[in-house]
Order: sequence, then C-alpha cells, then structure tokens
Amino acid sequence: MSVLVYTENWEGKFKKLSYELSSFAYAIAKEMGSSVTALSIGHVADDELKSLGKYGVSKVLNVQDNRFESLDNKAVADAIAKAVASENAKVVILAHNNEGKAFAPRLSVKLNAGMVTGVIGLPVSVEPFVVKKKVFTQKAFARIQIKTDVKVLTFAQNSFDVVENPVDTAVEAFDPQIGDGEFTTKVLDTHKITGKILLSDAEIVVSGGRGMKGPENWGGLEEMGDLLGAGMACSRPVSDDGWRPKEEHVGQTGKIIAPNLYLAFGISGAIQHVAGVSSSKYIVAVNKDPEAPIFESADYGIVGDVFKVIPQLNEAIKEMKS
Amino acid sequence: MKILVLISNVPDTTTKIRFTGDNKAFDTSGVQWIINPWDELALTRALELKEAGGVEKITIANVGTNATEPTLRKALAVGADDAIRIDAEAKDAFFVASQLAQVAKDYDLILAGIESSDYNGAGVGGMLAAMLDIHSVSAVSGVSLENGELKVQRDIDGGNQSLSVPTPLLAVVQKGIAKDPRIPAMRGIMMARSKPLNVVPPADVEARTEFLGYELPEPKAACKMVDEDNAKELIRLLHEEAKVL
Ligand SMILES: Cc1cc2nc3c(=O)[nH]c(=O)nc-3n(C[C@H](O)[C@H](O)[C@H](O)COP(=O)(O)OP(=O)(O)OC[C@H]3O[C@@H](n4cnc5c(N)ncnc54)[C@H](O)[C@@H]3O)c2cc1C
Repeated sequence: MSVLVYTENWEGKFKKLSYELSSFAYAIAKEMGSSVTALSIGHVADDELKSLGKYGVSKVLNVQDNRFESLDNKAVADAIAKAVASENAKVVILAHNNEGKAFAPRLSVKLNAGMVTGVIGLPVSVEPFVVKKKVFTQKAFARIQIKTDVKVLTFAQNSFDVVENPVDTAVEAFDPQIGDGEFTTKVLDTHKITGKILLSDAEIVVSGGRGMKGPENWGGLEEMGDLLGAGMACSRPVSDDGWRPKEEHVGQTGKIIAPNLYLAFGISGAIQHVAGVSSSKYIVAVNKDPEAPIFESADYGIVGDVFKVIPQLNEAIKEMKS
Repeated sequence: MKILVLISNVPDTTTKIRFTGDNKAFDTSGVQWIINPWDELALTRALELKEAGGVEKITIANVGTNATEPTLRKALAVGADDAIRIDAEAKDAFFVASQLAQVAKDYDLILAGIESSDYNGAGVGGMLAAMLDIHSVSAVSGVSLENGELKVQRDIDGGNQSLSVPTPLLAVVQKGIAKDPRIPAMRGIMMARSKPLNVVPPADVEARTEFLGYELPEPKAACKMVDEDNAKELIRLLHEEAKVL
C-alpha cells in the first residue's frame, strides 16, 4: 500500500510543485501508515530523481519513453493506472494544473476511484477520507468525503509548505507497457517559451492592468520581473487587446495562480480577476484610485501613479540586493 | 459532423456566496443563473464551426432539474439545434459524467468546459471520455475543421501546441476557444421555444463523493498603505515584515 505522486518537470528539473506534492503525500502517508512512491515521466537525470527523497519519497518509478511527450491524455492516464496497480496505491496525487486536470478524471474512472480536484491542505481526516477544496471560484471552501477505496486528488499549488523529510530513495525503471496504438494525439507544432520563469511555478508574480496605458510601458515591470526572478502576469483586457501574450492572463477565465507575492499595477481588482490570484500569500496593489476594489484583497497598497511608483520600487529592490 | 456541447447551469459570476442549513447547502435565493462561462464559449465555437460549414447539428446536454431549463433555452436561443436534459440533481462529477454517458454516444466531437464555476470540479469532461472510451484532449484553446479533419490547439507549460487527433474526440476547452459569447436575439428566443428539449430519466448511479459542508473565508485584515512618495518603504516591508523578498 502506498501514496502515489505524479511529478512534473520543466526542462529536466522537477518543478517546485513536485516537491510540494511529495511533501503533501508524505504527510498523508504518515497518517495512513504507508509510504510515498513518485512517478516521473520524461528525461530527468538520476540525481534529480533522487532529490525527491529529501521530501519523503521512498521509491521513484522512472518512465523514459519519448512517446509520452505528446501528453496523450489516455496513454498517460493508463500509464499512471499501471503504476497505481503495481504499487497498490490507495491515494493518487496530481497537481491541479493542465496535466493533472487532463489525466486525473480519466484515471479515476479507470481505477473506480472517487476524485476531488483542487484540494488544499491535509485531509480533515483519513478515516473517513475528507478533504477541503475551494469552491465558487475561490469564494468559499467545501469539505468533501471520498467514499471509494482508492482516491484520486489534484492538489492546488502553493497550499502546502515544501518540507524536508529525508528518506532513502530507490529509483526504478518502470515500463507501463502502453501499446503504440494507444498514442493517438499527434503534435503538429509547438510554440513554447524557454529559459523563462513559468508563471504557474513562480514564487513572485509581477502583473499589470489597463492602468499601464499601453504595451510600450511594460519596461519598468519587466525590469522588476528580472530583478525579482518573477513570473509576469496581466489582467484579461490587457491580453485580449494584445498588449501582452495570452499566457500571462490570470483570473477566472485565465490562469489561477498562488505565488508567495503578487504585485498588481494598474489593476482595478474586478471579482473575476481576484478569483485567479486570491490564494497568493501576499498581494500588493498600486492604483491611483483609492476606491479600487483591489485594495480590499491587498495586504499592502500604494494609492498613486504607477509611472511614479515603479521606478522607485526598482531602485529600492536594487539597493536591497546590493 | 455532429457536435455535443455539455452545459452546466451556474450562479452568475458576481453572485455573493451564502450558505443555509448550518452551512450544509448553497443558498440559491435571489441567485441569477447563467450558462457556465466555459460552456458558453464552447457553444460559441461550435456555432462558428457550423456557420463555416461541415457541422450538421449541435446538441446540448445538461444534468439538472427543471430549474435549469431557462439556461438551456438560452443556449437554444443563441443557436444550438436541440437539447437533452437528464432529469437529476447533479451530485458530483462522476455522477454527472455517468448520466451524460447514456446520451453522448454517436457524436464526432464533444465539447466540455474545463470546469464549472460553482464547484470547480474539472472532472466531467475527462471522466465522460474515459467512460465512452474515446480520446480526449484537455486545456484546449482552439478547435478547427480543415477538410473535415479536426485540428486542436492546446495550452502547455509556457506555450501552446497544435495537434491532430482522431474522432470521436472529447475536447475539454478553456480560454481562447472563442472570444465573446453570443447574446440571444429576439428571433432566436422565439425560435428556441419550439426547438426540441428532450427530458431523459436518470440512470441509477451512486456518487463517489459527498459534500459535507461549506465555510466562507475569514475576513481579510485591512490593507496596509504606503505613501506614494515613499514607495521604497514598501520594499522594506516586503523584505522585513512579510519576508517575501
Ligand atoms: C465572465 C467574465 C470573466 C472574466 N474573467 C477575467 C479574468 O480571468 N481576468 C481578468 O483580469 N478579468 C476578467 N474579467 C474582466 C474583469 O471584469 C475586469 O474587466 C478586468 O479585470 C479589468 O482589468 P483591469 O483591472 O486591467 O482594467 P480596469 O478595470 O480598466 O482598471 C484599470 C485600473 O488602473 C488604474 N489606473 C489607471 N491609470 C493608472 C495610473 N497611471 N497609475 C495607477 N493606477 C492607474 C485605474 O484606477 C483602474 O483601477 C472577466 C469578466 C467577465 C464578465
């Protein structure tokens, strides 16, 4: 019996979320008296695979098979199901992101497992198995019981601390034996930024809204992003109007993110925008309108002109770093 | 090509969320109901594909009580050809997908929203595909028909991909699939009244999860304000007080 974690990597390195999921899985395994196995699909070096041991993973199943690069929903879900069977896992944990949302539902049907997505924090209890999640687009919490023997969870990023629990880790090659016929998704073309910080994995996010007045004014925010090693985000009208790439749109209809620090410049803070960022640990708002709703969600704020404030902030960050 | 669009009936996105009965149920009093925003965009894209030719028929399907019918009529008013309502209170994603599986065979393309904006389950689309044993692609931000062949765009970490996929296909759609939803015109509303809305009895299925109760978040502490001319103070606070820099 074990708890199985589906890990993800970005350019061969585990995403921070993989360590977070491992820490979370270890805490559940401890309550259930079992251990954690991780499944890694893709090209991750041995040392990196072993690094999961620091976060409580006792065994890593390592799948190196290029066919999975197409992220074929059915093939990957079937591969995870094979790992679950071979480990006799009772709890399966994926991230609540593009991949987790693609695979977990299929997996749950395959495993006859109940599923809860977007779980935050440790289970309220493991017997019966009750977890918490946000509902109504971040406006409330629900407690949900899973009634099946095997449980599938997707876990909302940044809702559990990455904690070190070093254990001995065995890395094993794993072949889930998925036939060629199962891979039906053909990738024709890929557009991908590389070497940049992934918005969904960023600890700090710098974000601009319509108050930035135009795409030509983003220089100061990009400088701040570089200085802080931050991911870049924006409000919906900003991406709709093509001021910024659509990957940066956060909110109810964009990405939902939960960094440690979210810095909002010239964003009014409409409910649909806040829905995408309200789980951030700290929110900072700069807006010239003291009545802007963003200040209701913010922890720190400046009522003022973004064009006056941004250069001052950048200068202060440089001073702090030196 | 026949398209099925899954429709969830949800509270308007600006609804103030309240609970009743010892926080065990969502308080629906005074709530305005809408088509789930993702499903509305999916429907919009389906209509665009039909207008471009190559789509015979767009059917919508919903699991819900008769209270969802105004929402379904609205979807018919913007241009869906017919509707199926499976007459049951939606209990969880597994329950809903199991009900839909009865009526979702025989379509070339099924469009599901990435999640419904009430319970944010993100499960129905993928589960339905697994139950029907058909292919699925998630995080879909574009669907097009080229010479009768489906091309799909999906979001991936840091970018996007275009894919070719066989039919039947279930596409779980999100941002980008269509731009602005359509607003029903008077003529559409009139026509919708006579479009078929078939009510189907539910299959006998047990939900696998149960909602035990709800909580509202703690009220947030007041925002700490820093003066515009002393913006540097903000960095000090983030560094020394919040310790996030
Ligand atoms: C169904 C639905 C879904 C939606 N989904 C999303 C979503 O996912 N994400 C999203 O962001 N929005 C979403 N929206 C749109 C949302 O309602 C708002 O319209 C949008 O967030 C506003 O963007 P903004 O804050 O950039 O622009 P505005 O609302 O125009 O605000 C600009 C702000 O900048 C301030 N400002 C102007 N000049 C300056 C200056 N020089 N210095 C300082 N401040 C200045 C103004 O005071 C104002 O508060 C959705 C809407 C609907 C109906």
